[in-house]
Amino acid sequence: MQPDQGQTTAVPFWRDERVLKILGQVIFALMILLFFAEIIQNMQAGLAKQGITTNLEFLKGVSGFDISETVFPYDRNSTYWQAYQIGLLNTLVVSVVGIVFATLLGVILGVARLSTNYIINRLAAFYLEFIRNLSLLVFLIFWYLGVFLKLPRVKEAIIWPGNIFLSNRGVGIPWGIPTASYPTFRLILIFGFILALIVYFSLRAYSQRTGRAPLTILWTLLSFIFIGLIGWVILPEKPLILDVPRVEGLRLIGGKVLSPEFMALTSGLVLYTSAFIGEVVRAGIQSVSKGQVEASRALGLNSFQTLQLVVFPQALRVIVPPLTSQYLNLIKNSSLAIAVAYPDVFYVANTIQNQTGRAVEMIGMVMLTYLVFSLITSLLMNWYNQRTKLVER
Amino acid sequence: MTNLNSALPPLTEQITLLRWLRKNLFGSWYDALLTVLGLWIAYWAVKGFLTWAFTAAKWDVIILNLRLIMIGQYPLEQTGRLWLWLAFLVLLSGSSTGIWARESKYAAVVFLLPGLLALLPFSTEPRVWLVALTAIGLAGWVIGRAKPEILKRGVIAGWVISLPVIILLTHGFSESGTGFWAVAKTTLWGGLLLTFLLTVVAILFSFPLGVLLALGRRSELPIVRWFSVAYIELVRGVPLITILFMAQLMLPLFLPEGLTIDRVLRAMVGITLFSAAYLAENVRGGLQAIPRGQFEAAHALGLNSAQTMVFIILPQALRLIIPILAGQFIAVFKDTALVAIVGLFDLVGIGKTVLAQPDFIGLQREVYAFISLIYWVLSYGMSHLSQRLEERLGVGKR
Repeated sequence: MQPDQGQTTAVPFWRDERVLKILGQVIFALMILLFFAEIIQNMQAGLAKQGITTNLEFLKGVSGFDISETVFPYDRNSTYWQAYQIGLLNTLVVSVVGIVFATLLGVILGVARLSTNYIINRLAAFYLEFIRNLSLLVFLIFWYLGVFLKLPRVKEAIIWPGNIFLSNRGVGIPWGIPTASYPTFRLILIFGFILALIVYFSLRAYSQRTGRAPLTILWTLLSFIFIGLIGWVILPEKPLILDVPRVEGLRLIGGKVLSPEFMALTSGLVLYTSAFIGEVVRAGIQSVSKGQVEASRALGLNSFQTLQLVVFPQALRVIVPPLTSQYLNLIKNSSLAIAVAYPDVFYVANTIQNQTGRAVEMIGMVMLTYLVFSLITSLLMNWYNQRTKLVER
Repeated sequence: MTNLNSALPPLTEQITLLRWLRKNLFGSWYDALLTVLGLWIAYWAVKGFLTWAFTAAKWDVIILNLRLIMIGQYPLEQTGRLWLWLAFLVLLSGSSTGIWARESKYAAVVFLLPGLLALLPFSTEPRVWLVALTAIGLAGWVIGRAKPEILKRGVIAGWVISLPVIILLTHGFSESGTGFWAVAKTTLWGGLLLTFLLTVVAILFSFPLGVLLALGRRSELPIVRWFSVAYIELVRGVPLITILFMAQLMLPLFLPEGLTIDRVLRAMVGITLFSAAYLAENVRGGLQAIPRGQFEAAHALGLNSAQTMVFIILPQALRLIIPILAGQFIAVFKDTALVAIVGLFDLVGIGKTVLAQPDFIGLQREVYAFISLIYWVLSYGMSHLSQRLEERLGVGKR
């Protein structure tokens, strides 16, 4: 019998899947390229008409505007580039402070949401439900215009215990002023920190080797505090002087005065993000099966040990990935600083853009900045996730 | 035969008030301390809020500016057009509730809401319309319940054309400049109206875009995949406000000379492009949850890749992620507030306008509290609706 000739006839190329795939991609790529070519051409034509060339030389120019909050010395004679750096650092400050406090509050809320205490449970549930349905921008504006700017004038400032001054010009808190011996003290503290790390890891190794449970965290903290205290006592001059805020004329001086803008932005971000973190933490803790808790109680661990050694390590695996995206959200949301006039990177970039008309460059720089921030946070959290995740066979 | 369920629980499990208190509030000394602390916080917060809301707050600013907050500077003459499409939407929702939620007999209660709103201090015209809305909603519900099979196609068609209808009616089409059908410029759109339009347009357009990007990210074709990955990660790495600024400042530069687009449209494009990247990731999550067997079975039945996706994979994947999608849509709604920063007069932007009037200086708390309330009620309503939808579709059960 003759073999079936039909099988050997070549498929025409317009029905050959391999050819089609390549062809499709080539067409797709061409379309994308044409699209971008068109955009860039239009943009260059438009910019040329306005007499603007795209480069970053203008960053060396004198800025001529003031920034209310500066991390390093800056005035209106500084360059645009320095202004941008100020904004960058301010974003960093808000992000770090926000993440730290939002995490603390979020964990408390998540645990409270699971509390057997009816009142605490309901309060946490109400808070989460209330915050999660608000619009962050409105929340921030309310917090700024409705709360921090509505505080009494400096002369009638509300004074909270611990010398905290609340006024419409800012919130004054006590703050340490470094003296001449502060650099030495800082070295001692670093030494204490290293020692504490050594104590922590050796105690943990001891615990894993022998199965005993020394009070690792307590000893670690104690060793750090001990070194710190020694440093404080032996130095001839006190390394830090506690400076208390006080009212002088129409201003609040001394201590550390946190501006209403900063307070509104950070407290708004913290309160808002903590609600989402609370949900993440609750879901994480609930994902640990009840049997784990019962088993650890049966093994004789107390409730603190159960949480620390059994529940949290397992809950962390569920918590870390969504927590990362909450951190990223907080960093990105800090760009809403523009609504409360806090000079973060976006606010400063917008001011520069208004003065120089360099929209393309400034938006590009800001986007790049946030991308780098996001990337770094993702990398750090992924690294942490690798450490906490389940080791499977 | 004794009913087992009716047997009393053991004595130690019987709930008395005292025992409930002991178990839930005063289990140990720190529990008692927490209870007292919690009660004190609750008392302090509630008292503070009530005192402010009922004695200090001047709610006149809201009542006098309600129109501004709802529709911005939209011309008075043409407001009837907005009521028209609102009535159309209410009719559609009424009959949809009648058709698809037949078993819940009390669903129609929702449509009493506009009628109840009419009790608030509005002027006569909106009151009449609000009562009419209730009547229309209830009528739609009754008809939907009575003749579901006949109406089904019509209602679906109504939903499909609803967005064009809304946009057309809001925009108007007579160039004459006056009269009922005159064009209302987008610069006059504002308040809740603008927020609503931005949200609806962004959701409806970002959804297909997001699905395409998700499919692109899972595609075997490397160029398509790289492009999707780059787009998604780039957009998710930057804040929405930068995208909105880009849309406002750079979009005009990207377009060929002579072609300009409206500021509201620019904002819509920005939010849509932003939201699509997040939706793509959500859809990808759903796609990943579909077992390989489904693809293989569909191919074995002779469906090609496109058919497999459209008829087998996507329906399952999308049903799985309904709660996540609802969360994303709520986020879009809340994010539209950012257009106020680029100078549009949505709810937040109009708040600034209200406060700029000399009569209402210093009433920021009242205005922003009210705007927050609107956001809160609508977000909460959306999340409630999505939960009902989830139950009906049996997400996680089937």
